[in-house]
Amino acid sequence: MPNIAGYRRPLAGSQPNYLHPAYASSVKRAPTKPLIYLPHTLTEVTGPMFGKESVDVKACDLTQQHFGEAMGERIIVSGRVLDENGRPVPHTLVEIWQANAAGRYLHKDDQHNAPLDPNFTGCGHALTDAEGRYRFVTVRPGEYPWRNHYNAWRAAHIHFSLFGPAFATRLVTQMYFPGDPLLPYDPIFNCTADEKARERLISIFDWETTIPEQALGYRFDLVLRGREATPMEG
Amino acid sequence: MTLQATTSQTVGPFFSIGLTRLYQDNLAGPGVTGERVTIEGRVLDGDGEPVPDALIEIWQANSHGKYAHPEDEQDKPLEPAFKGYGRIPTDGDGRFRFTTIKPGPVPGPGAKPQAPHLAVTVMMRGLLRRLVTRIYFPDEPSNADDFVLNLVEPARRETLIARKAGGQTGALEWNVILQGPGETVFFDC
Repeated sequence: MPNIAGYRRPLAGSQPNYLHPAYASSVKRAPTKPLIYLPHTLTEVTGPMFGKESVDVKACDLTQQHFGEAMGERIIVSGRVLDENGRPVPHTLVEIWQANAAGRYLHKDDQHNAPLDPNFTGCGHALTDAEGRYRFVTVRPGEYPWRNHYNAWRAAHIHFSLFGPAFATRLVTQMYFPGDPLLPYDPIFNCTADEKARERLISIFDWETTIPEQALGYRFDLVLRGREATPMEG
Repeated sequence: MTLQATTSQTVGPFFSIGLTRLYQDNLAGPGVTGERVTIEGRVLDGDGEPVPDALIEIWQANSHGKYAHPEDEQDKPLEPAFKGYGRIPTDGDGRFRFTTIKPGPVPGPGAKPQAPHLAVTVMMRGLLRRLVTRIYFPDEPSNADDFVLNLVEPARRETLIARKAGGQTGALEWNVILQGPGETVFFDC
């Protein structure tokens, strides 16, 4: 069996450190010993595959999962999943979850005093198409308070979970909205040192995908790790 | 064109809304060959407190040492009933438990076999990026020559090797210790 080309390592500052004291929950949960560098083997360059059989095609519309329509401002969130070499990542699973328009999650541990919406669960999933495109219909999530520090509020965001082609390409992240005044105050958004890397988490208002008299469009492209050109020495 | 991978963000405390659909704590359904094992453990934070909102994901080869993935071109049998993927949340006591089969050896660098192992992702509120670790098996002679275990100083290797639990055949214990003495080995993957 030939040696294996691994996936590229992140540039310094482009990914968060585990310990980020401004985010209080990281203090007791971040590892304290240095990570051990793991050259990629067949284990890391393979990963779970999810085909059409594992997807409900209706799950890309979060506003139509109940008898009535979800409350709030309808939005279209769409974009492409690419790798660092600029190639589309086709047929890969994208899972999302979010708060409702009032800033409340349908979760027993969310005690924020804001109304639940009986017509909004806040979860969706889809496979990217052959060009790496995905598209969700949802409502704009509300901002909400949390107890990280005095008067702490999370900027509005949608959680994204992606697999890509390999164990090494797994990505969980959050999408933010342009112009959100809470962004400078949000320690989770600000956990990454590189400003440009942070800014890429902010979606772009997209006239092209906006539907007249129906929904604003936001574009959010995601980039998964790309493959090294040459196999590592083994 | 060169792009940069999107920045990771925490999975947060409410991931069950979006991720429950693919929860899978039994990777070894009917028709799957191999030695059944049940792996149980806890996720503990720097105060030794249980983490009730962690998510564990598993990726592994089948009992023949073959991954259900097109890049695995080894001439070994695939088993349609075995996908190799598990996703298990911790409970209020920080505990997780899943059933699978002990995988066969897969090749490492230079085509030398790696000892049987599971690749593990750990995510939770407070972790801005996932943690990556591995679970190896007890009483496995090939552990001594495993390429990845040998990257780890001997005193910490045991954090990667499950222990036999109780008297039941196939019952194993493996814990995720986030900080301090006994801190689990995590990889820069």
